[in-house]
Amino acid sequence: MADYNEKILDIHDLDITFNTTAGPVHAIRGVDIDLMKGETVAIVGESGSGKSVTMKAAMGILASNAAVNKGTIEFTYHHADGTQETVDILEKDKKWIRRHINGKRIAMVFQDPMTSLDPTMTIGKQLIEGMVWHFKTPKKEAWEKAIQLLKEVGITDAEKRMKNYPHQLSGGMRQRVVIAIALACNPDLLICDEPTTALDVTIQAKIIELIKRVQKERGISVIYITHDLGVVAKVADYVNVMYAGKIVEKGKINEIFYDPRHPYTWGLLSAMPDLNTEDERLYTIPGSPPNLLREKTGDAFAPRNQFALEIDDKLEPPMFKITETHEAATWLLDPRAPKVEMPEELKARIERMKKEAEGYEES
Amino acid sequence: MKKYILKRLLTAFFTLLAIILILFILMQLMPGSPFNDEKLKESQKAALYAKYGLDQPIVVQFFRYVLNIFQGDFGVSYKISKNTPISQLIQTRLPVSVMVGGVAVVIGAIVGMLLGLLAALKHDTIWDTLATIISVIGVSVPSYVFALALSYTLGFQLQWFPMLFSTKDMMGSTVLPSVSLSMFTMASIARFTRSEMLEVLGSDYMLLAESKGISGGSLIFRHALRNALIPIITVLAPLIVDLMTGSLVVEKIFSIPGVGSLLVNAIQSNDYNVVISLSFIYSAMYILIMLVVDILYGVIDPRIRLAKKGE
Repeated sequence: MADYNEKILDIHDLDITFNTTAGPVHAIRGVDIDLMKGETVAIVGESGSGKSVTMKAAMGILASNAAVNKGTIEFTYHHADGTQETVDILEKDKKWIRRHINGKRIAMVFQDPMTSLDPTMTIGKQLIEGMVWHFKTPKKEAWEKAIQLLKEVGITDAEKRMKNYPHQLSGGMRQRVVIAIALACNPDLLICDEPTTALDVTIQAKIIELIKRVQKERGISVIYITHDLGVVAKVADYVNVMYAGKIVEKGKINEIFYDPRHPYTWGLLSAMPDLNTEDERLYTIPGSPPNLLREKTGDAFAPRNQFALEIDDKLEPPMFKITETHEAATWLLDPRAPKVEMPEELKARIERMKKEAEGYEES
Repeated sequence: MKKYILKRLLTAFFTLLAIILILFILMQLMPGSPFNDEKLKESQKAALYAKYGLDQPIVVQFFRYVLNIFQGDFGVSYKISKNTPISQLIQTRLPVSVMVGGVAVVIGAIVGMLLGLLAALKHDTIWDTLATIISVIGVSVPSYVFALALSYTLGFQLQWFPMLFSTKDMMGSTVLPSVSLSMFTMASIARFTRSEMLEVLGSDYMLLAESKGISGGSLIFRHALRNALIPIITVLAPLIVDLMTGSLVVEKIFSIPGVGSLLVNAIQSNDYNVVISLSFIYSAMYILIMLVVDILYGVIDPRIRLAKKGE
């Protein structure tokens, strides 16, 4: 297994603004994310919370109207001779990132396989493109490698598929191809941006299994961007819950699922569909995500938070440490705050989840 | 692919036949006959009808007409230059129009695409604005205004190019009319290329290609341009036909002996045979270009090529 002690990605205090025609949108407001080698980290949040933007920043493929105000994205990699180097991706220009990072060391799997492959190019050409560019691999050798990759991601008839065009493949197959493309240059880090959202449920599980298997075999690190807590539960070691451009709670998977502290995390967990719940209606978090065009003092989640305190409207809560690995940004954790428990319904559900998990372990 | 092309060819052939049929019926519907002279006796008329085969049943006449057309025999002109075979009239004029138009198409398509590309890649900058202004001027100002302006400045004042067309200096005298004709094509293609490229550049597959880390050049030329090209060709095709068949006003300004002026002459002097022959040639050219476009679609877009295979 991979060496867990080496930090591969360290995003610190990242702050990004988009200049739109409607005005500046403060999309990322001080994000910190750590990733150790071989680990899986999930970033969870609603649409527009800044999950994808954070990762696009790490790949240097932000839209041209984005401005990074502050922060660092430190990425550690090894040269061919084994020497280690740490770079701040935000300080490098696009050309350097393209040559040294994109595809080669960090690769990305996108949300919708129906649109993320070039419709006018064969699968094979799209697969070997990166290898030929980064490593000057001779075309024939790259072609052979590509066939191996397709087999690795579970595509039958790989030789024949190489000459196919994307429209001749099903959605699940295309996502496998996208994963194969991402793996083509042996990256150290795989970023999966909602890799299963556009797929139907039966395929979803298979794609997740595939990513897990590939990660285990290759010992690479994976970042999942998702809003699906069901996926998170299956894959992640660590979870970062993101809201309105900030991480509001982070911790190990068990800490987030069994001992959530932030009211937003409570809301997310309560909103998961569950067959055993007594309430017939699915819980939703009231309100909608804030408009980041207008910045608000205090906690961005306060208006939707039924447990909000008076201070939430005035001062943004800092990260409160709960354990070595578990932190949450809510004033409820302040010693002076009134004692607030998570909703009963959620408590019961967590108990059930724990029991189920124990059942799994025993069997 | 072969089957796809064959199918297109067959479709083109039958379309052409249908056009001949319509033209033939139109001609039959026109009042009178070629021998409307009051001095002709009935017996003489009958003899003439027999000579030209006009006493035959109409179906026989049609098939003879079709056969003759495919052999390049369009009949003779009645008025413009009496009894000259129309094929001969067209033979001297069509190449001139096609050449002037062809050069215009090449200039318009290439400059237009470059301009559109520039605007899309430098989106929301001064270059984009500049390209947009040029396109708006090109679309809204008629070609004869450009023709007059060019012939006055480059032709009369600077004397770089001849003001009038001459067959002795084909190259030089094509420049001004071609450039003025190309403006509209250039502007439309530029606008279209810009919007298509912007759409392609914002697509998911471009993001994926970018995340592979390949260079900017291959991003644009291998991924973006090819995908943007399909709709561009669609708008380019009818523009090509427009240009090739000659523009009357520009032909008049530069006194180009092209088919545009021939057609107007023929219409004014009721020279039916010439009008119909030219209509046929225009349609044939249109069909030919559409055929080429259809085949190009197949070459560029595998979805079309493979769908036609029946997969």
